[in-house]
Amino acid sequence: MPDHSQDAIMADAVLSEHEDPSLLAGMLNNRAIFWGGGLLILFALIAAIGPFLTLDPTELNPIKRLKSPSAEAWFGSDFLGRDIFSRVIYGARVSLVVGIAVALISVGIGLILGLVAGYVRVLDAVIMRTMDGLMSIPAILLAIALISLSGATLGTVILAIVIPEVPRVVRLVRAVVLTVREEPYVEAAIAAGTRLPLILKRHILPNTIAPLIVQATYVCASAMLTESILGFLGAGIPPEIPSWGNIMSEGRTYFQISPWIIFFPGIGLALTVLAVNIVGDGLRDTLDPRIARKI
Amino acid sequence: MYLYILKRVLSTIPVVVIVVLFVFLMLRLAPGDPAAVIAGDYATAEDVERIREQLGLNDAIPVQMYRWIAQLGSGDLGTAIFSKLPVTTLIGQRLEPTLLLSLTTIVFTVLIAVPLGTLAAYKAGSWIDRFVMLFSVAGFSVPVFVLGYILIYVLAMQLQILPVQGYKSPFEHGFWVFLRHMVLPTMTLSVIYIALIARMTRASVQEILQEDYVRTARAKGQSEFKILMRHALRNAAVPIVTVIGLGIALMIGGVVVTESVYNIPGLGRLVLDAVLARDYPVIQGLILFFSFVYILINLLIDLSYTFFDPRIRY
Amino acid sequence: MNEISDTPVLEIKGLSVLLPDGADREFAIEEVSFSIGRSEIVCIVGESGSGKSVTAFTVMGLIPKKDLVPVAGEILLHGEDLLDKSDRQMRRLRGKKMGMVFQEPMTALNPVIKVGDQIAEILEIHANMSASARKKRVIETMEDVSLPEPVKMYDSYPHQLSGGQRQRIMIAMALVLEPGLLIADEPTTALDVTTQAEVLELIRDIQARHGTGVMFITHDFGVVADIADRVVVMQNGKVVEQGTRDEILSAPSHPYTKMLIGSVPSLTPPNRPIPEVAETALEAKALNKTYGRVGLFENGRMVKAAQDVELILRRGETLGVVGESGSGKSTVARCMVRLIDPTSGDINVAGTNIAQMAESELRAYRQKIQIVFQDPYRSLNPRRTVGQSIVEGPMNFGLSGTEAQSRAENLMRIVGLAPEALTRFPHQFSGGQRQRICIARALAMEPRVLIADEAVSALDVSVQAQVLRLLQDVRERYDLAMLFITHDLRVAAQICDRIMVMQRGVVVEEGRTSEVYANPQHPYTRSLLNAAPGRETNFARYS
Repeated sequence: MPDHSQDAIMADAVLSEHEDPSLLAGMLNNRAIFWGGGLLILFALIAAIGPFLTLDPTELNPIKRLKSPSAEAWFGSDFLGRDIFSRVIYGARVSLVVGIAVALISVGIGLILGLVAGYVRVLDAVIMRTMDGLMSIPAILLAIALISLSGATLGTVILAIVIPEVPRVVRLVRAVVLTVREEPYVEAAIAAGTRLPLILKRHILPNTIAPLIVQATYVCASAMLTESILGFLGAGIPPEIPSWGNIMSEGRTYFQISPWIIFFPGIGLALTVLAVNIVGDGLRDTLDPRIARKI
Repeated sequence: MYLYILKRVLSTIPVVVIVVLFVFLMLRLAPGDPAAVIAGDYATAEDVERIREQLGLNDAIPVQMYRWIAQLGSGDLGTAIFSKLPVTTLIGQRLEPTLLLSLTTIVFTVLIAVPLGTLAAYKAGSWIDRFVMLFSVAGFSVPVFVLGYILIYVLAMQLQILPVQGYKSPFEHGFWVFLRHMVLPTMTLSVIYIALIARMTRASVQEILQEDYVRTARAKGQSEFKILMRHALRNAAVPIVTVIGLGIALMIGGVVVTESVYNIPGLGRLVLDAVLARDYPVIQGLILFFSFVYILINLLIDLSYTFFDPRIRY
Repeated sequence: MNEISDTPVLEIKGLSVLLPDGADREFAIEEVSFSIGRSEIVCIVGESGSGKSVTAFTVMGLIPKKDLVPVAGEILLHGEDLLDKSDRQMRRLRGKKMGMVFQEPMTALNPVIKVGDQIAEILEIHANMSASARKKRVIETMEDVSLPEPVKMYDSYPHQLSGGQRQRIMIAMALVLEPGLLIADEPTTALDVTTQAEVLELIRDIQARHGTGVMFITHDFGVVADIADRVVVMQNGKVVEQGTRDEILSAPSHPYTKMLIGSVPSLTPPNRPIPEVAETALEAKALNKTYGRVGLFENGRMVKAAQDVELILRRGETLGVVGESGSGKSTVARCMVRLIDPTSGDINVAGTNIAQMAESELRAYRQKIQIVFQDPYRSLNPRRTVGQSIVEGPMNFGLSGTEAQSRAENLMRIVGLAPEALTRFPHQFSGGQRQRICIARALAMEPRVLIADEAVSALDVSVQAQVLRLLQDVRERYDLAMLFITHDLRVAAQICDRIMVMQRGVVVEEGRTSEVYANPQHPYTRSLLNAAPGRETNFARYS
């Protein structure tokens, strides 16, 4: 039996000795992820620790109402004399919790539905048409309707925001599944007798992770915005819990005299969402899920 | 081509069915008792029962379904609980401001976003490109109403060049008054839409500039500018138009908020009033209305592809 | 000899182009020198990474200067150095003094503009003509390239034309202003062999009539044999040898050239002993695969990818299935492995019909037939080590991890790779090595039948020769039956005992390879053999 090793080595142009640069290193190098992620971690820390260091956000102090920002009250006080700075810090918690919860849940549901749609032809049409239908209903209206039906609690708000976010995730996962299924290495696995669950686990799922992570950050950003809009419209989390949306909603009537009631939470929200979006863009560039860009 | 048109039209039917079904189920499958929630915290048992009767929740599900479909078929989107007016009448009353606001927004957006995105792709990597990308990320991140208030604060309160809020119909007050009152709401509503479309335009044009036929055009000695105009944009038309259609869903959400901030008596405000009044049939009717409009617009956009893409025509 | 016609159309002197940092070598091309005279076709030959395309694109100025930087040398077009020119000046030359035809006809034309207008665009850019004069000239040019019904075709869109027609449009575009230089970058590689023959003839014809100098890039020595006046051989960015066609093909001097030419399979099948009739390993009877449904939501077009295909494959032999694109050969292969389900017919593996078997029953039989695919870059999961990919199959059938591992190590040795490499990932191997790994993976299942679906088509000719040798050895060693799918008549001649010729889903001829090649019965087979480039040439033989 002839020795083919000489052939193999000679024909080889370059046998790459070095390993892939670690993915983590690549991500840290990306400026977007670095700065955006840093900002986010900062905010998360403030949200977590801040409440222990600030004044009571619900403490009423009618004497000090509607004071402009000063050394005593960094962000000023609202119409009930409550310290806005404290309320903003507390509100950060709610927004972050809602954002992350919605991201995780919608990605989870979307992943399952997307896998099913990609693999079970019969269910594909049903699932996709349903998703099309859901996407036709403007997200805010859908959330409003759901909340008005089931009452406003943190849980129902999260659920109401999850439902309109799911279709995009399903589309993404399905697109990945359909593409990867065509790849020769998946066909080789089928020809080798690998069963479907293993094919999903070894070959299909790993390809969904990168696009899903990117999508999750966008969902998180979108969810935070939606929550604040719902709060602003009075259709979201009950006013006892300080969320940025609630605070701004309460500040409407006093806007012309005390605009900071709206501005400070608004800017806080904008910066947080911006940071999340930037991290998402950075992740997308590093992980390069080409399919995600087309959705 | 005609087959394509037929297929597209027919394919909207399942989507419409899903929307109708979903709205139907929403009310009936919500956790807890929707009638009680709608009635509010201070309602008596009779109030709740009255509402339940009004919503038709006491009948068997198939009966409800039948009634629902018959009702929709005859163009009836429901009746408000409190004012007892048909939802369609309410929509008719409030349609004009929303329609005009939407139109000015779409026009404004497309006129700004498409050239901006194209320029960014043409000069990919330059400061223009980076600026456009940054602007679009920022535009995506600021909540609509916060932006609205910032604009009001700067332009209306501090600089005092534009009115703070309110709507003036062009048919009553003349075009320029109307326009003056429209500037801030349009700008507010457009930002997120511009961000989306500029981004997608940039991505599409940039992708197209890598295509083989662009290389062929260069090999012919064509100038970069003409390549952009003649080769790139014509192929980018389909994805750009598509995203304009998809963005309408975003815009509809924004309309609700914008009308709230600027006190415009349109459909968005109608939603809000209904939410505050817990007038569920109105909310439901508006959801159906907006969904149907959205589906229709996207259908029209799908059909417009026959104009842009000869591969569909022949 | 006239002074004017002595000046070469193109003269490249000592051209070097730098690669960006981090690439595997410093220069894309280094000290490249050759010239192209009037009415001369110079073929630039090389394998992937040889730099032939970079040379062409640098001449045309199509590479953005910031990506690949020319750092030395001159490119003289009619005596003027192109490297000195500004972008604007280059644009004026492109299309007018030099034209280019690219490899992929399917994507080279703008899909939303009429083809006639795309040719007219060149006239718009460079010539001062009225719209009607332009149109007239375009139609003349379209007739020149033998396009049917030019007036009607002017208004067509690219998607309405075939690959060959699109390439003719490209040629028309490149030549409409009668440039002195035509650069053709693998223009026929993506075309069927019969279409390729037509297009090559067209290029030869036009070139002779207009006196154009042609830089023809190719990796196919058959094409070189058919059309080259002179040949330039490139390897790793350098010119290793150049000379007249006869010099290079019959008496090459550089070892690399010798190796390349020696690797070209001959079109003459070797004499093979007729084997005793062995048992049937794989059989297909009345195999049909039809796509498409007649219905409201389908086009109503049914495509019969495979029609009533009969196939018998015996142990110890290699059966070739030869055809152009759309012939159905890949469909048949994939039906055999049950990667697609046949519409009707029988597929017998060791006596059992697996054509309509359910997946759970089928699994046991999968072990007996294995397949190697065409694209080595997509055949291995990039996230798993090659070892994991090889042991996956055997472990599905009950082998323990250690047993599968030792089998994998053994197989790596047999295919010529180090067993230690099992822990590496696919991206650390070259294309040819990846194909070897895929062969090892297939063999790990200990199959009876090996299907090679265009398994060497994506490989460079030198690597191709080695992998073919490996396949033949493996087949002998394990006494396999091999089904070899290919469009390449040379490869089929050398490796197949018997061959089947398919055209549009139908088997038109079959028999022992030597007989079919010597005496083709069916007109299609004859046209295929006639179209094979370099048929007449005897390539130098080195064993």
